Amino acid sequence: MSLANGGPAILVEGLTKSFGQVHALRGIDLAVPQGTVLGLLGPNGAGKTTAVRILTTLLLPDGGRAVVEGYDVVREAAAVRRSIGLAGQSAAIQEELTGRENLELVGRLYHLSWPTARSRALELLEQFGLADAANRAAKTYSGGMQRRLDLAASLVGQPRVLFLDEPTTGLDPRSRLGMWDIIRSLVADGTTILLTTQYLDEADELADQIVVVDRGVVIAAGTAEELKSRAGGDVVEFTVPDRGRIADAVAAIATTVGGAPHADYETGLISVGVGGRGSDALVEVVRSLDGARVVTRGLALRRPSLDDVFLTLTGHAAEEEDQSGGRRRRGRRRQVAGAS
Amino acid sequence: MTAAVSVALTPSLRVRLGWAVTDTLTITRRNLIVWMRVPAYLVFTLVQPVIFVVLFRYVFGGAIPVAGGRYVDFLMPGIIGQTVAFGSFATAIALAQELKKGVIDRLRSMPMARSAVLAGRLVADTGRMFITVLVIIAVGYAVGFRFSNGVLPALAMVLLATVFGLAICCISAFTGLAIGDEESVQAFGLIWVFPLTFISSAFVPIATMPGWLQAFAKNQPVTNVIDTMRAMAIGGPIETNLLKSIAWLVVIFAVFVPLAIRAYRRAS
Repeated sequence: MSLANGGPAILVEGLTKSFGQVHALRGIDLAVPQGTVLGLLGPNGAGKTTAVRILTTLLLPDGGRAVVEGYDVVREAAAVRRSIGLAGQSAAIQEELTGRENLELVGRLYHLSWPTARSRALELLEQFGLADAANRAAKTYSGGMQRRLDLAASLVGQPRVLFLDEPTTGLDPRSRLGMWDIIRSLVADGTTILLTTQYLDEADELADQIVVVDRGVVIAAGTAEELKSRAGGDVVEFTVPDRGRIADAVAAIATTVGGAPHADYETGLISVGVGGRGSDALVEVVRSLDGARVVTRGLALRRPSLDDVFLTLTGHAAEEEDQSGGRRRRGRRRQVAGAS
Repeated sequence: MTAAVSVALTPSLRVRLGWAVTDTLTITRRNLIVWMRVPAYLVFTLVQPVIFVVLFRYVFGGAIPVAGGRYVDFLMPGIIGQTVAFGSFATAIALAQELKKGVIDRLRSMPMARSAVLAGRLVADTGRMFITVLVIIAVGYAVGFRFSNGVLPALAMVLLATVFGLAICCISAFTGLAIGDEESVQAFGLIWVFPLTFISSAFVPIATMPGWLQAFAKNQPVTNVIDTMRAMAIGGPIETNLLKSIAWLVVIFAVFVPLAIRAYRRAS
């Protein structure tokens, strides 16, 4: 097609977008090579969905440039639409129609003939494990099945670039793993994917490259390993069951390890980056907590997760800002700089 | 990208016009299937007018005298006008739901004709309005209503009722897309549809209202359309009301079709 030269499937330069006083995007740059997965990671309100909406021609940018499969999303929007698929945060399916009817409808709107639309629908239902439910109304589907049907609908037009906006938000763990398998198989077939997520493990599992956005700007980019190494190496983590002693624990370890501990005052979970000092630091932490007579549970040294990266980069947890819609909410973590 | 490539990939105007038609029909078909599969929609469309007919024919009707005729003949054109206006709620609600669920985002990100979602919705709703009007007329016949002005005026009344319903659907389409939340859309719908239909000649002669209310009731589109339909159904002076109705319909389409298209383009 248009990208015989092997340029990036998605290229974004200096993209800006404001809604009144809210600056959703304040100059974002992205480059996604063909056949790879970019994980766009950030809390609610970071600008992830706005970026996806601009790249899928649903929203016009205020400034900057975005190119998908070589086509400018503003000037060549029609060509962009022929190259992409979009699966949004909710299942964009017609619940009164059956799974097959939903996919046939999309096929017809891609101007496939009836027989082609039907065979494509059956093929996708088979591929997504929905063949048995093909003739049932989509409203009888489980949440995971609805999301799979939605993803199948985004693939009817055989897109070269797929945008998945929080594809597993609200799914149970099993459906989530199933969705990951499907996404991996799409990548194996050469599809380029831009995936937004608030789940750091999801980006870790699926993405070749991760871009972390917060408040409309890119604050970090790299592979999961690169980002983890930026989090300051190993992490010592433990729980203080007595809520009243959390501040004491933070004060005690802040003087020994030097790093800034993160304390969750609801769950009593405290974590601190200890760089490359690993087990030495672990011993020091144990000693200072013992000296302060703080009782702990589950004290352990672990490799940093993307959660730690996020905390280090933004000073707040990935899912801290709650949003309506019954989204899973983790305990609030507060960064405690030094002694509290 | 060079211009040559994008030109080659842009289908000709004729192809695109063809797509606009087939896409509209595809969306129309989908909407009608959904309408037939949701019991609540059918009940809303068919049972509600029956309740109103029974209520006004047998409960309130006895206490409402109308000059020179039977109340049931006065009532039925009013019920038709009121029902198609209320029927437009379904347009607003469906579009608000599609917006919220991301269906409109999905469709807008596809290479289909962008006009088809709104056009298909309005074509399907016109069909829905037409069926509703026929049902109410049948119910009216069961409770004693009769056309007494000939077949052509009766057909003209059905046509006017359907076009009026389509016009109100355009307003509703705009509110549904602009507000984008099902409950708010419903609440807002009641705020404008209730006064328009009840402060009109639909159920009682306007002369019985206080003077300040008459000023509104006489000069608003629902009254003009219902008076025209009444004249078509049972006879009476028609010309002024028909011209006023046509003027109102033209204004509504001219204002709300562009507004609805704009709201669809900006939908988020």
